[in-house]
Amino acid sequence: MSAVLPEFGYSPSLESTAPLQILERYGLFIGGEWIQPAAGGSFATVNPATEEVLAKVAFADATDVDRAVRAARRGYEKYWRKLRPAERAKYIFRIARALTERSRELAVLETLDGGKPIRESRDFDVPQASAHFFYHAGWADKLAWALAGPERVHPLGVVGAIVPWNFPLLIAAWKLAPALACGNTVVLKPAETTPLTALLLAEICAEAELPPGVVNVITGDGRTGAALVEHGGLDKISFTGSTEVGKAIRRETAGKPLRLSLELGGKSALIVYEDAALDQAVEGIVEAIYFNQGHVCCAGSRLLVAESVYEDVVERLRARIATLRHGNPLDKNTDIGAINSRAQRDKIRELVTSGVEEGATLIQASCAFPERGFWFPASFFTNVQPSYRIAREEIFGPVLSVMSFRTPDEAIERANNLPYGLSAGVWSGSGALAMYTAARLAAGVVWCNTFNRFDPSSPFGGYKESGFGREGGLLGLREYLS
Amino acid sequence: MLEARAAALAKRSIKGASKRAGIDLLVSCMDLTTLEGRDSPGRVRALCARAIRPGFAVPSVAAVCLYPSLVSVAREALAGSSVKVASVASAFPSGLAPLEIKVAETLAAVAAGADEIDMVIDRGAFLAGEGARVRAEIVAVRRACDGATLKVILEVGELGSYTTVRRACDLALDAGADFIKTSTGKIASSSTPAVALLMCEAIRDYAARTGRAAGLKLAGGIRTTKGALGYLAIVNETLGTAWLHASRFRIGASSLLDDLLMQLEKERSGAYAGPAYVASA
Repeated sequence: MSAVLPEFGYSPSLESTAPLQILERYGLFIGGEWIQPAAGGSFATVNPATEEVLAKVAFADATDVDRAVRAARRGYEKYWRKLRPAERAKYIFRIARALTERSRELAVLETLDGGKPIRESRDFDVPQASAHFFYHAGWADKLAWALAGPERVHPLGVVGAIVPWNFPLLIAAWKLAPALACGNTVVLKPAETTPLTALLLAEICAEAELPPGVVNVITGDGRTGAALVEHGGLDKISFTGSTEVGKAIRRETAGKPLRLSLELGGKSALIVYEDAALDQAVEGIVEAIYFNQGHVCCAGSRLLVAESVYEDVVERLRARIATLRHGNPLDKNTDIGAINSRAQRDKIRELVTSGVEEGATLIQASCAFPERGFWFPASFFTNVQPSYRIAREEIFGPVLSVMSFRTPDEAIERANNLPYGLSAGVWSGSGALAMYTAARLAAGVVWCNTFNRFDPSSPFGGYKESGFGREGGLLGLREYLS
Repeated sequence: MLEARAAALAKRSIKGASKRAGIDLLVSCMDLTTLEGRDSPGRVRALCARAIRPGFAVPSVAAVCLYPSLVSVAREALAGSSVKVASVASAFPSGLAPLEIKVAETLAAVAAGADEIDMVIDRGAFLAGEGARVRAEIVAVRRACDGATLKVILEVGELGSYTTVRRACDLALDAGADFIKTSTGKIASSSTPAVALLMCEAIRDYAARTGRAAGLKLAGGIRTTKGALGYLAIVNETLGTAWLHASRFRIGASSLLDDLLMQLEKERSGAYAGPAYVASA
C-alpha cells in the first residue's frame, strides 16, 4: 500500500483582531480625562504591514504639553505623594493585572500598529510589560531599602517619559512602573508611529481608578517631545530613542535642575569563539539581529567570528535565514514581520546600499513580500571591513555585518572600538574564556551563550553614546528617587 | 538556545489540511512497537494486522518493531505488505553483553527475516570514555546486518548533557548508522524536542560533510498528536522536506497511533469520538 501523501506544511494562523476595538479618533489623556488638543491637530497612525490607517490620533503642541505637565504636578501634590506607599502599590498591582487580563488585546494592537510578529508581542512584549508592573508594585512600600538602606527616600516629582516605536508598550512600562512605585507622576509621550498601546494603557490606568494626573499620555511627533523636554516643569526626563535626539536632550537640559536618563542607540558586538556550539551560536545570532526585525537598541548587529570557524558559521547562518518565515505579522508562524515605517525602511535600504557600494557581500533570505506595507528581508554582509558604514552605524533593521578575528584580545578590541556600548554576546564552550571576554567588554549587558534575556530585576542600560542610567532592578529604582 | 529554538518550532501552526497531511505522514513513518516480556505470537499478529491497515483511508505504518524471537511471526503476518519488520538487538535495552552475543543476536534476527535492526549502544562504555569500543561494536553489528537497515539507539536520557548526546550522534553516524534513534523507551527520560533538534543538526552536518543522508528515529514518550506534529516542524526546518519520509524519519511508538487516529477522525468529522471508536491491537 503506497498512498501518495499530501505535502506537509504549516497552516496560516491569523490572530483574530475581534477582541480589539480601535477608535476612529483618540484624544489626549490628561488629568484623568480624554481631552481634545488645544489646536485641534491630529495625525494618522498606520499599520506598516498594510499601510492602512488604523486611527487618527491627537497632536499635542506646546499648550497641550503644558496642560499635561500641570496635571501631572497637581496629581503629584494632591494625591500621589500623599498616598501611603502600600496604597500606591495596590494601584500598580491593579495595572499589572489588567495588562495580563487584556494581554491578547494589547498584543494584537502592538502588532497592528508596529508590525512586529504576534509571536513576539504575545510572548515577549506584553508579558514583560506586565512583569515590570508586578515587580515594581512590590517595591513601592520597601523603598527605604532601595539605596544603602534603611533610610528616608523621596520621589522626584513629575517625570517626562519619552518612548520609542520598537517596544512601545514595554518601554513605557519600563519607565512608568518604577516612576509610579517611587511616588512620581508621569507624562508619557509615545512615538508617533506607535501611539495606540500607550493610549490603551491610559485607558487601563483610568479603569484602575488611578487618581487624576498621575499618568498622562500625550501623542505627537518629535516636536511634542521637544516641547516636553523644553517645558521646565519636569523633575526628571527618561528618554529611550536615538543617540542624535539623546544628545539634543542633553544639550537642552544641561545646567537645569532635573535628572536625566538616556537609553540610546547601539551597534552591539557578538563574539563567536571556535569552541562554541556553532548551531547554538547561530540561534543566538538570529535572536540577536532578527528579533523584532532588528528594531532593537541592543541588537547584536556586528558579528565577530573566530577565523577558524568563520566559513562554517557563515554557511550555517546562510542556511538558517532561509528558514525564517517573513510576512503577515498577525500570523503566528511569522518570524519576521513588517518594518515599522516607510522612513525606517528607506533608512535600512540606504545603509544596505552603502554596504554594497563599499564592497561588502550581501546575503539575503529570498522571499516574496506583499505589494503594500514596509518590508525588508533578513540579511547579512560578509567581506565587511571595520571602517565600513555598515560596521559602524546603527542600521536598526534586520541586517548584520560579519567580520572575523584571530585572538580573544583582538575580538575584544574590535568589539569595544565604537562610541556605543549597550550590549554584547559571547559564545564559547569555555566558561573561563567567556568570563575573560565579558569582563573586558564595555557594554551595559553581556549575554553568554544566549541573547535578549530580560527580567524586571535585571538592570539595563548603556555605556558611552548608548546612554546612561539603568532601567530595571535596584539600579533602575535609583533613577526615580532622591 | 537549543531548548528555546525547539520550543519556538513546536508553536508552528499545524491544523486543518496540514494537520491531516501531518497525521498521514506520522502514520507512514511509524515503527509500531511492542517490546514487552509478555509479547506472544498472538499479540504480534494483532499488531501486524493493525500495522498494515491502521484505519480507514490511512497509510500503512513503516514497520513493526519487536524482539528477535518474534521476527518470524511478524514476517509471516506481514507477507505481501509494505510494512517492514524491525527487530531490536545487541542486548536490548541495556547493551551490556559480550560483543559476540550482540553479533549473534543480530545475525539471528536477520536470518529470521528482519529488514531492520534497532541496536543499543553500551552507554556505560561510552560514558567511561571508551568511544572507540562503542564504535567498534556498531561496526561489528553493522556487518552482521548484512544489508538490513541499522538504527542505533543512543538512549539520550542516560547521556547527561547535550554535548555528550552530540558526540554520541557523531560517533554513531561515523560508524555507519542508517538511523540514529533517541531512546529505548524503557527509561523515563527519553525524546524531547531539544534533543530531536540536536540530533537533526548532527544528521544535517554529517550529510554536508560526507554526502550520506542518515535518518532520525524518535522513540519513547511521544503519545500525543500535538507533540508528534511539533517534531515534524523540527525535522522540516532543520533537515528539510527530503527528510519527511519513512526512509529518513521514523517515530517509534505504541500508544501514539490511537491518538493520531482519533485526531484524524476529529479532523474528518468535526467531532472527537474517543478511544472506543479506534481499534487497538
